[in-house]
Amino acid sequence: MSEQNKNAGAPFLDVKDLVVEYYSDGKVIHAVNGVNLTLERGKTLGLVGETGAGKTTIAKSILRILPDVGAKVAGGTITLDGQDLLGLPEHEMRKIRGNKISMIFQDPMTALNPVQTVGDQIAEAVRLHNGGNKGEAEERAEEMLKMVGISADRYHEYPHQFSGGMKQRVVIAIALACNPDLLLADEPTTALDVTIQAQVLDLIGELRKKYNTAMLLITHDMGVVATTCDNVAVIYAGNIIEYGSKEQIFDHPSHPYTIGLFGAIPSMSEDEEWLHPIDGLPPDPAALPEGCAFHPRCPYATEECRKQPIAMQTTSDGHQCRCCHIQQVAKGE
Amino acid sequence: MVPVIEVKGLKKYFPTPRGLLHAVDDVTLTIERGKTLGVVGESGCGKSTLGRTIIHLQESTGGQIFLEGKDITHVRGKELREARERMQIIFQDPYSSLDPRQTVDATIREPLVVSKRYKKNEIDDATAALMEYVGIDARLRMSYPHELDGGRRQRVGIARALALNPDFVVCDEPVSALDVSIQAQVLNLLKKLQQDRGLTYMFVTHDMSVVRHISDDICVMYLGQVVEKCPSRELFKNPLHPYTKALLSAIPSVDIHHPNKREILKGEITSPIDPKPGCRFAARCPFATEACHQPQKQEEVSTGHFVRCCRVHELG
Repeated sequence: MSEQNKNAGAPFLDVKDLVVEYYSDGKVIHAVNGVNLTLERGKTLGLVGETGAGKTTIAKSILRILPDVGAKVAGGTITLDGQDLLGLPEHEMRKIRGNKISMIFQDPMTALNPVQTVGDQIAEAVRLHNGGNKGEAEERAEEMLKMVGISADRYHEYPHQFSGGMKQRVVIAIALACNPDLLLADEPTTALDVTIQAQVLDLIGELRKKYNTAMLLITHDMGVVATTCDNVAVIYAGNIIEYGSKEQIFDHPSHPYTIGLFGAIPSMSEDEEWLHPIDGLPPDPAALPEGCAFHPRCPYATEECRKQPIAMQTTSDGHQCRCCHIQQVAKGE
Repeated sequence: MVPVIEVKGLKKYFPTPRGLLHAVDDVTLTIERGKTLGVVGESGCGKSTLGRTIIHLQESTGGQIFLEGKDITHVRGKELREARERMQIIFQDPYSSLDPRQTVDATIREPLVVSKRYKKNEIDDATAALMEYVGIDARLRMSYPHELDGGRRQRVGIARALALNPDFVVCDEPVSALDVSIQAQVLNLLKKLQQDRGLTYMFVTHDMSVVRHISDDICVMYLGQVVEKCPSRELFKNPLHPYTKALLSAIPSVDIHHPNKREILKGEITSPIDPKPGCRFAARCPFATEACHQPQKQEEVSTGHFVRCCRVHELG
C-alpha cells in the first residue's frame, strides 16, 4: 500500500462530467459523454473497453493534446493535484506535460522520431525536464534502455532498425525517464511479448512504488488489469458503464457488457470448442442509440433500456453499474 | 498420410551491415491436413518470417520445404505460382494489408481474376459466396476498407486468402489488432472454415490464450529456433524448456485470487546477428551452465514432445 495523499480530501486526479466531441463532415461525434473518475497518488485505475469507446480521448483530454481543430472538450473539469488543467494557459501546460504527466502511446511507429537515434530521444526528454549535462542524460538513457530490455549498445540506432515491440519499449523508456507523477499508459504493453510485458509491468510497478506515481492504464487486456490495477472503469461508447475496485469487477461483474467481455476471452484452464463473442458491433459514435448504448447487443434489453439514459446504480457489493436490470443480470435470467 | 506441410532444416538469413541476421535457423516441422500448428514467441523471434518463408513470400537461405510431399524449395515460374495458390496468408494488420483504393468486392475478386481459370460470371458468383461465407453483408460490396471496422476488414482478408481454395493458410497474428469481443467472432470463423474445408493452419501469435484455444500442436520459438514443440495441451500442462516455462508464467492471469507465480526473465535478448553457437536463450536462462554454450540438439523427450535444451532431463 502506498503513502497517504498529502492533499487529503481532494483526489489527486479528478475528472468530472467530462464531455468531448469531435466534429467531422458536419456531424458531431460523441466520443466521451459525461465521464467521472478519480485517481489517488500511487494508485492505478484501469480503463477498459473496446476500440472507439473513448479511452484514448479521455487520456488526451487530461494531457490536453486533443487536435485544435475538430475536437472540443464540451463540458466538465479535470483537476490534478488541486490545479485546474483545462483552465491553464498553454505555456503552463507545457511544463506539466512530460514532467508531471507523461503518456505512453499505443502506436510506437508514430510516437518516435525516425531521424533521431533512440538513445538521443530518451536523453532529450531527460535533459528537457531534469536539466543536467549531456553525459548524465546519456547515462540515464542507457540505464533506461537496459531497464526496458534493450542492450545499451543499440543506443545509436534508429527506430527503423527496431522491431515494433522494441520500439514500444523505447517509447516506455522515454515516458518513464522523468519519473512522472501521473502516467497515462495507453495500451503500453499491447505490442509486447508476454515476457517483456511482465518485465515492463514489473518495472512500472516498481516505479509506482518508488515515486508514488499514479497511473491511468488504458487496456483491453483483462489479464493486465488483474495484475496491475487497483480500480477498474469499464467504458462503452464514451460512458463508464461499470466502476469499482478490481475485486468487485472481477468477482462480481454486473453489467451485461462486462460479463460479455470476460466471456469472450479464450480460457486458459478449460477446453472449449467455440468462443462466446458479444453479438454485433460497437455503435457508431456519430449516431449513438437512444437510452443505453449497449442495448442493441444486450441479451437483457427491454423497452426501458431504449427509452432514456440509464443512471449509475449501486450493486449489492457497493460498486457502480450503469444498468437498470442489475438484479435480472445477476440471476442470469 | 503425407503431411500438408513439411519443413526440414529451414533457414532464412538476412544480410545486414553488421552481419547475417539469423531470422529462422534450422527449423524442422510438419503439419498434418486439417490441423493447426501454433507458433509462439517473442517479437523478432522469426515466427512471421518462418510463415512467410514457407509460403515463398521470401526465398529461403537453406533447408527444404515440402507441400504434400513435393519439394517446393526451389520452384520457379508456373510451378511457383501453383504452389502459392495453394498456400495463402492472412496478415496481422487489417488496416494496412488491404488496398485502400480497392472495394471489398475488388479485393476478394482479384485472386480469382489473376488465376485466369474462371469466367466472369463464375467469378461474380464466387465473390458473392465468399462474402457470405465469411459473414460480410452484401450491402458492403462496394465499400472501401476505411469504411469498415477492424473485424470486417479482417473478414475481407480472410475471404481473399480463401478465394483460390488453398490447402494451407498462414494466419499471421490475425486477431491481434481486434477487440476481444470481435476477436472471438473471427476465431470462431477461422475454426468453422477449417472444419468445413479441411484447411491446414499455421497460426502465428504472441497471445498464449488464443494459441491454446486454436492449436493442435504448438512450436515455441526463440531467436529463430524452435525450442519446444508438442501438442497444445501437453505444452500448457508440462512445459519443459526454461523459456517456455518463463513464457507461460508471464501470462497475466484473469484470476485475481490465484495470480501466476511469475518468473521475471532477467537479462537482454541476445542479438540475432551472427549468434554464438550455443543455446540462444542461455544468456537469460536461470539454469544456464557451460554445456549450454555448445550447439544444442532437438530431442524427443516423450512421444511428440520435442525440446532443444541439454539440461531438460536434470530440470524435469
